Amino acid sequence: MINRNPQLNENGALQHLLTTEGLPLSMLLHILDSAESFVGVTERDVKKIPLLRGKSIFNLFFESSTRTRTTFEIAAKRLSADVINLNIAVSAQSKGEALLDTVDNLSAMNADMFVVRHAQSGAAHLIAKHVRSGIHVINAGDGSHAHPTQALLDMFTIRRYKHDFHNLRVAIIGDILHSRVARSQIHALTTLGVPEVRVIAPKTLLPKMVERLGVHVYHDMAKGLKDVDVLMMLRLQNERMKGANLPSAEEYFKYYGLTAEKLSLARRDAIVMHPGPMNRGVEIDSAVADGKQSVILPQVTFGIAVRMAVMSILTGNQA
Amino acid sequence: MQLPDAEKVFNSLARKIQADANKDYALVGIRTGGVWLAERLHQELAITKPLGILSVAFYRDDFDKIGLHTQIKPTEIPFEVEGAHILLVDDVLNTGRTVRAAINELFDYGRPASIVLATLVDRGGRELPIAAKYIGIELELPDEKMLAVKLGESGKLSLNLYVKNSTE
Amino acid sequence: MKIHIKNGRFIDPRSGVDAVQDVFIAKGKIVGIGKAPAEFQASRIIDAQSLIVCPGLVDLSVRLREPGLEYKATLESEMKATVAGGVTSIACPPDTDPPLDEPGLVEMLKHRAKNLNQAHVYPIGALTQGLKGERLTEMAELNDAGCVVFGQPDGLLSNLRVLMQAMRYASTFDFSVWLRPQEISLTGDGVAHDGEVATRLGLLTIPVCAETIAISNIILLAKETGVKVHLCRISSAEGLMMIRAAKQQGLPITCDVTINHLHLSDMDIGYFDSNCHLMPPLRGFDDRDALRQGLLNGTIDAICSDHAPVDEDAKLLPFGQSEIGATGVELLLPLTLKWGTEMRLSLPKILAKITSDPASILGIDAGHLSVGSAADICIFDPERYWKVTFSAILSQGKNTPFMGMELPGSIKYTLVNGHIVYEN
Repeated sequence: MINRNPQLNENGALQHLLTTEGLPLSMLLHILDSAESFVGVTERDVKKIPLLRGKSIFNLFFESSTRTRTTFEIAAKRLSADVINLNIAVSAQSKGEALLDTVDNLSAMNADMFVVRHAQSGAAHLIAKHVRSGIHVINAGDGSHAHPTQALLDMFTIRRYKHDFHNLRVAIIGDILHSRVARSQIHALTTLGVPEVRVIAPKTLLPKMVERLGVHVYHDMAKGLKDVDVLMMLRLQNERMKGANLPSAEEYFKYYGLTAEKLSLARRDAIVMHPGPMNRGVEIDSAVADGKQSVILPQVTFGIAVRMAVMSILTGNQA
Repeated sequence: MQLPDAEKVFNSLARKIQADANKDYALVGIRTGGVWLAERLHQELAITKPLGILSVAFYRDDFDKIGLHTQIKPTEIPFEVEGAHILLVDDVLNTGRTVRAAINELFDYGRPASIVLATLVDRGGRELPIAAKYIGIELELPDEKMLAVKLGESGKLSLNLYVKNSTE
Repeated sequence: MKIHIKNGRFIDPRSGVDAVQDVFIAKGKIVGIGKAPAEFQASRIIDAQSLIVCPGLVDLSVRLREPGLEYKATLESEMKATVAGGVTSIACPPDTDPPLDEPGLVEMLKHRAKNLNQAHVYPIGALTQGLKGERLTEMAELNDAGCVVFGQPDGLLSNLRVLMQAMRYASTFDFSVWLRPQEISLTGDGVAHDGEVATRLGLLTIPVCAETIAISNIILLAKETGVKVHLCRISSAEGLMMIRAAKQQGLPITCDVTINHLHLSDMDIGYFDSNCHLMPPLRGFDDRDALRQGLLNGTIDAICSDHAPVDEDAKLLPFGQSEIGATGVELLLPLTLKWGTEMRLSLPKILAKITSDPASILGIDAGHLSVGSAADICIFDPERYWKVTFSAILSQGKNTPFMGMELPGSIKYTLVNGHIVYEN
């Protein structure tokens, strides 16, 4: 059966942001360019603009994440929207209310936008398919599937420091298998024309046929980091550190943790990124995280502007 | 319809401001046409404060209808707005809504001592209580026609009429 | 009631007969083919001009959802759907609530089904009590109650000694054991084939080796115990190769494939379509093509619908949380015809996969037509395409990946024991 890309409306405009996969280059660039203007706003004394005045944005977090939720909240507030935070991990879902019932109830409260975080891959797609037209859905992370705003803010950061995507070598390092961030980064990087995207991880942390996503696979940091311009570290979840995926955090750090010594294998002007929160001493050494090649804090700052841009573009695209 | 020569209108506008220039104006152009005018005025009036540029896209009241489609270039205000006498410059004054958005945005940068408005063309049709202090020319135009200032390759300004919603 | 089916194209896959011949029915049996018995007075004449007259279909896996799961579907709704699909004999997996592990439950199901006077119901007895894989069920008693075969539908038992003993015990009575080969410890919380699609969508995976390791274990245990084994729902090319080799060794092994796996691959999951959340998972293109070939060359013995009606709410969930299964008994004929015509097979060969072949796996006297046999008959229009819609599907479950598609083969009449139980 023919399914229209569920992110786009009938006119091909962005209706929901669910994944970076399949988004046209022009749309990615439009988001990045718009974000540039919002960076200007976030640098002013008065950081608020009236663009989304009167709109209601519901932060629907079925999986708790104070950090991500806060960045969306700040972005929405700077656009003058009303933000309602729902930490459903501890409310309705534990009472057994079905996911879409929750969504229906909130839609009845005249929501204009849902920002959704859920532990199941595909949850944001399900909600986007279900809501009445006119309501926009932003995927703030679904299972191991996608985290498009994180990937977009990463692209924004890369463009700020490296200016052009067409001559870069980018390495994504760590738990690719479970990472929604990595998947969204890979799709965004390849669409933006990065000629060489690498993934570096032990085989237990790589999904099958990952090379079909357009990446080169490395298992050895010494080889994988050679001549790299951008290093994108991934967070290693606590529960993966020991057991069937990895023997121990110590062994992982020794072979895949980013230290100054390993970083020296990359290009001298390489930048180091991390989506946060970091496990210092597991995937990244403090000396690198706080070092002069680290752009981890600017990522956080740009994250607000990118989310403002996405919220504004979606709101401006009526169904 | 025969439109006046934009360069002549501009010169007349510049003279009017010059004749009245007893204040140390800070110039702010509204994107996009207003910026070209403001740049020319900035030179011609030899204004010392750096030129400000406003992109009112984030302050428009018709965002729901038009969306965030076009490329938004950022606002740049490279001087202290607090206490400044601001001369706001736009190409065409019509409903007054763009100027309303621009004033709102300026106030998010600080509290200016005063704001006055200069426009190349005032075509009437106001929907808000807004008036320009300096006007290049007043024109009466049919409602369905859009008027815009263009900047030619030679750097010369021209006035252009086109039908609303056309791709022109 | 005496029925005269005239002008139809009569096909009996078992004998290979394919000719325009009239069929005469009396007292629930076929009393004449080609020419009427003496003094035959039809009380009803069915004109089957340009229609196929064939044995009622036999489906090796139809869940009626009773007892216990009536919110998903009821005996009434699913029996209606069954005959609407031209199906006259069904094997019902024991995964009800409670499971079919006690003679009383089986008798009740048989009794209720019989009262409806529609398709013949053949419950598959639970191989272990509560399907928990710990203790054997009273297989002989269950057989007396009506269970013809015994199965463990939720993948392989985690305790291989229990499985071996269950197989050994079943072989004592010459019961065949039906197993869905899937190693539980390799399945985990997996919901999709371990391939490119799951990698893109970030879905937890079930590797092919979950199936092949289970097949390997079952084959070795079958050798050890000498039991007849039927492998249910094969999904992979590699698994198929192992079964082929085992069959060549002469082991008493049969296997089936579902209508879904015959036509779909993991690509059809698309944007998380929960109707494609099936078990075993839809696998890659190569696997699907191997299944289509395996059916052609006889490695696979039968096609089943693996009918699993699911209530709408249980599918309106993120893919991994949505309930497993697809409704399908009404799509068994259309999707089998679609496969067969795409493979350029003759109609008798195509129909054998859903009539005589599954009947012999189930060990029942059905799926063939000759003078003296029960008048379980399916009459359909092979040229007519119909659209799968909510209202066209009679099953209470509307969950199918084929929703909205146009499929060939429209059932006109279904007869069970000489009674017209469905007419369209």
